[in-house]
Amino acid sequence: MNENYAIELKNITKRFGKVTANDKVCLSVKRGEILSILGENGSGKTTLMNMISGIYYPDEGQIAVNGKEVSIRSPKDSFDLGIGMIHQHFKLVEVFTAAENIILGLPGQELLDRKAVTKKINSLTAKYGFDLDPDQKIYTMSVSQKQTVEIVKLLYRGVDLLILDEPTAVLTPQEADRLFAVLRNMRKAGHSIIIITHKLNEVLTLSDRVSVLRKGQYIGTIDTKEATEESLTEMMVGKKVSLNIERPDPVSPKKRLEVQGLTCISKEGVTALENASFVANSGEILGIAGVAGSGQRELLEAIAGLIPSARGSALYYPPEGGEKELTIMSAADIAKAGVRLSFVPEDRLGMGLVGTMDLTDNVMLRSYKKGRSFFADRRSPKALAEKLIHELGIATPGTSIPVRKLSGGNVQKVLVGREIASAPAVLLVAYPVRGLDIHSSHTIYNLLNKQKKNGTAVICVGEDLDVLMELCDSIIVMCGGTISGIVDGRTATKEEIGKLMMKTGGIQE
Amino acid sequence: MMKGKEPLFQTAKRESIEPWKAWMIRLIAVFLSLVVCSGIIIALTGLNPIEVYKGIIEGAVGTKRRVWMTIRDTLVLLCIAVGITPAFKMRFWNIGAEGQILIGGVTSAAMMIYFGNTLPPLILFPLMLLGSAIAAMIWACIPAFFKAYWDTNETLFTLMMNYVAMQVITFCIIFWENPKGSNSVGTINSATKGGWLPKLFGLEYGWNLVIVLGLTIAMYFYLKHSKQGYEISVVGESGNTARYAGINVKKVIMRTVALSGALCGIAGFIIVSGASHTISTSTAGGRGFTAIIVSWLSKFNTFAMILVSFFLVFMQKGAGQIASQFNLNENASDVITGIILFFILGCEFFIDYEVRFRGGKRSSAE
Repeated sequence: MNENYAIELKNITKRFGKVTANDKVCLSVKRGEILSILGENGSGKTTLMNMISGIYYPDEGQIAVNGKEVSIRSPKDSFDLGIGMIHQHFKLVEVFTAAENIILGLPGQELLDRKAVTKKINSLTAKYGFDLDPDQKIYTMSVSQKQTVEIVKLLYRGVDLLILDEPTAVLTPQEADRLFAVLRNMRKAGHSIIIITHKLNEVLTLSDRVSVLRKGQYIGTIDTKEATEESLTEMMVGKKVSLNIERPDPVSPKKRLEVQGLTCISKEGVTALENASFVANSGEILGIAGVAGSGQRELLEAIAGLIPSARGSALYYPPEGGEKELTIMSAADIAKAGVRLSFVPEDRLGMGLVGTMDLTDNVMLRSYKKGRSFFADRRSPKALAEKLIHELGIATPGTSIPVRKLSGGNVQKVLVGREIASAPAVLLVAYPVRGLDIHSSHTIYNLLNKQKKNGTAVICVGEDLDVLMELCDSIIVMCGGTISGIVDGRTATKEEIGKLMMKTGGIQE
Repeated sequence: MMKGKEPLFQTAKRESIEPWKAWMIRLIAVFLSLVVCSGIIIALTGLNPIEVYKGIIEGAVGTKRRVWMTIRDTLVLLCIAVGITPAFKMRFWNIGAEGQILIGGVTSAAMMIYFGNTLPPLILFPLMLLGSAIAAMIWACIPAFFKAYWDTNETLFTLMMNYVAMQVITFCIIFWENPKGSNSVGTINSATKGGWLPKLFGLEYGWNLVIVLGLTIAMYFYLKHSKQGYEISVVGESGNTARYAGINVKKVIMRTVALSGALCGIAGFIIVSGASHTISTSTAGGRGFTAIIVSWLSKFNTFAMILVSFFLVFMQKGAGQIASQFNLNENASDVITGIILFFILGCEFFIDYEVRFRGGKRSSAE
C-alpha cells in the first residue's frame, strides 16, 4: 500500500441481497488533494462513502489509511482514523450555539472553558477563511452557515480526510463559491477532501482528480486537467449524450397569467415579495432566476394560494375565457373553481408528495376529492400511476411502494408527472432538477418542453443559469424580493443576469 | 482479508421479506419469550413454569364465566383503541382517552339515574349512546380547538383534561352517593336493571360485541378507503402537503379528534351500561393509556387490534389467577407480559433487517 495516500481502497465490493452496489471499486486520495467522485443516482457513491465512514462493512477488498491496512467497523473507527463525513442532512442541535454543537460529545472536564473553545474555533475559522460566529444559535442560521458549523466541527476534532456528500445541492452559487474557497484553503493546509457530486462544472473548477462510478462499477480516475464536460459525461453515462436542451419557438402565445404588483409580507412582518409584475404566456417557458431566498418561493406560493398576499393581483386567463383572480383564493378554492393551475413545489417530499404513502395515494393527492362518494376512488389514480411509470420510465417495483423509497429523480418524475397529468393551463415548477442526474434532468426538461408545445404557460424557477438560458423564452431575475429585470432567454448573457441578481446591493451579502 | 478483523455481525436493511418468513420470525419470538419467561419464573419463584402458564390460561379462559369476562374487557379495550386510532394516525397525541371515557361514562350514569326507570329502552339506549358520544366529543374538542387554531401542545392539554374529568367524576360521586356516606355510587338501578344493556341473542355481552365489532369494521374502512381517512393520513404526515393538496387542516383536526372523542365516549357508555353499572374515578382504569399501546402495536390496523387487546386482557386476567393460586404478586404476570411484548416488538428488527454473523456463509437464498 502506498504511503502517499491518505486513503486507498482496493477492489471494494459490497452486495445487498442480489444487488451489487459496489463492484471491485478502487479509489485513492493523496494528502492535500481534492478528489471528486462522479456518478449518476444509484451508481454506488453513497454506499462507498458509507463504507469509509463505518456505516457499512465491505464484503471484499481492502482499505488502507496512510499506507496501513485498516478495518473500519463502526463510525467511531472511522473517526479515530481521522475520517469525517458531512451528510446532506445536517446533524446539529438546533437550540445550541455553533460552539456548543462543535464540542458536543467531546471528552473533557465537567466545567467547560468556553473562552478556550471559542478561541480555538476562531483560530480555525481564521485559518481557513470561514465566516462563523461561535455564539450564534443553529436555528437562526442559513443552510450554508449550518454546513460551515458541520465542517468546523470535524476540523475541531482533528479530521484529516473530509468527505462531503453533494455539498452544493442546497447552496446558492455564491455560497458554493465561498465553500470552494474554504476547501482550497484546507487543501493547502494538507487536508484530503472527497467530494461527491454530479455537477460537472464543480468537478472541473475544484478538484484535482475525478473518479467515476457507473452502476456500481468503477470506471476510472482521471486528472481534472485532462477532463472536459463531454469526456466526464461519457464516462458517467457510458455513451455520448447531447448536453443541449431543446428550445422550440413559441407558437401563438396568449396571455394566461398576469401578475400585478404582488406583495407578500411574512408572519414575522418581513416583506418577502414586493411589487412583482409580469405576464406569462401560453406556449412559453418563463424562467425565474435569482439567489435562493429572493422571493421566488413566495411568488409561486402566493399564486398557488398557499400564502396570503398583502397587495396586488394575479389574474388567470383560461383558454376558454373568463378570467379569475387567484390571490383571494386558497389552494382548495383554486382547485374548486376549476383553475387549471399545477404547482411542483421546491420541497418535494415535504409539500408536493407524502413520503410514506405509495405511488397511487400520492397521485391522487390533488384529485382525491373528485366525486360525491364518501369513499375515495383508488382505481383511476392507480391506473394513472401505472401510466406515469410506463411513460416517464419511473424505476419502481410497483405502484404500492412508498415514494420515499424511490431515488430523487424518480420522486421528481412522480411529482411532475402528476402535475402535468391534470393538463394544466399554467404550470409552476420550482427547482425541477435539483439533485437530479443528467439523464433525469433531461427527462424533466423534455416534459416541460412538451407542456410548452401543448400550449401551457410554464413558469420555472431555477438555480442553474446555463440551463435557464438554454431552456427559457424569457427570464425574470429576482433580487431581494423584487423583480430586478426581465430578459430575453435567447439573447441575454450570463453577466447581464448576474448583475441583475445583485442589483439592489443584495440582502444576502 | 483477515477474518478476525471483521465485525462480529453486520446488519443490512432488507429490501423485502416474504410474509411467511415474517410470521415465522414472530412465532419464533413468541416461543423464545416463553422459554425466557420459564427461566425467570424458575429463578425467581422456583415454581414449575408450565403450571404457572396453566394458571394464566385457567384464569383467563378457565370457565365459561371467565371467558366472558375476558371477552367483555377485550371489547372495552378494543373500543378505546379503535377510538384513539384516527387521532394518532393524524399524529395528534391524544392521551386524554381516560378523561373522554370518564365523561362518556358519567353521562351514561346520569341518564341511568334520572331516566333509567322511566324512559322506554328503545329511546333510552340510543339516547345514552348518543349522549355519551357527544359529551366526550365536546370534551375532546377543547384541546383540538386550541391545537388547530393556536397550535398548543395537545399532549399536555389532553393529559391535563384527564385530571379535570377526574374531578368532575369525584363531584358526581358525592352528588349521587348511594347509600349516603359510602363515598361511592354503588350499582345503579340494581333492582330494576334500568339502563343496563340487555342480553342479545341470549348473550350477556351481546350488545357490547355488536357495537364494538361494528365500530372496528367501520373504522377499518373509514381509515383505509374514505376520503376523510385519506385526509387524516396526509395531515398526519405533513401539514404543508395538506395545505398544498387543498385540505383544510383545521377542519380535519377538529373533525378527527371529535370522532376520536366520540368513540371513547361510547367506550364509556359500554363500560357503565354494559359492564360495571356504576361510575367511579377508576371507571377508565388506565385503559385509555393501554389502548395507545394496542393501537401502535397494531400499526393502526383495527383488525390487528382485536388480537392485541385480547392478548393484553388475557394476560391481565391470568395475572389475577396466578396471584391467588401461587400466592404470587400480581406483578409477576406483568413481568411475563413485558417479556413477551419485548420479544414481539424486538423481532420486528429482524423482519426489517438481516443480520450476518462473522464468517457466516452468505447463502444465495437471502
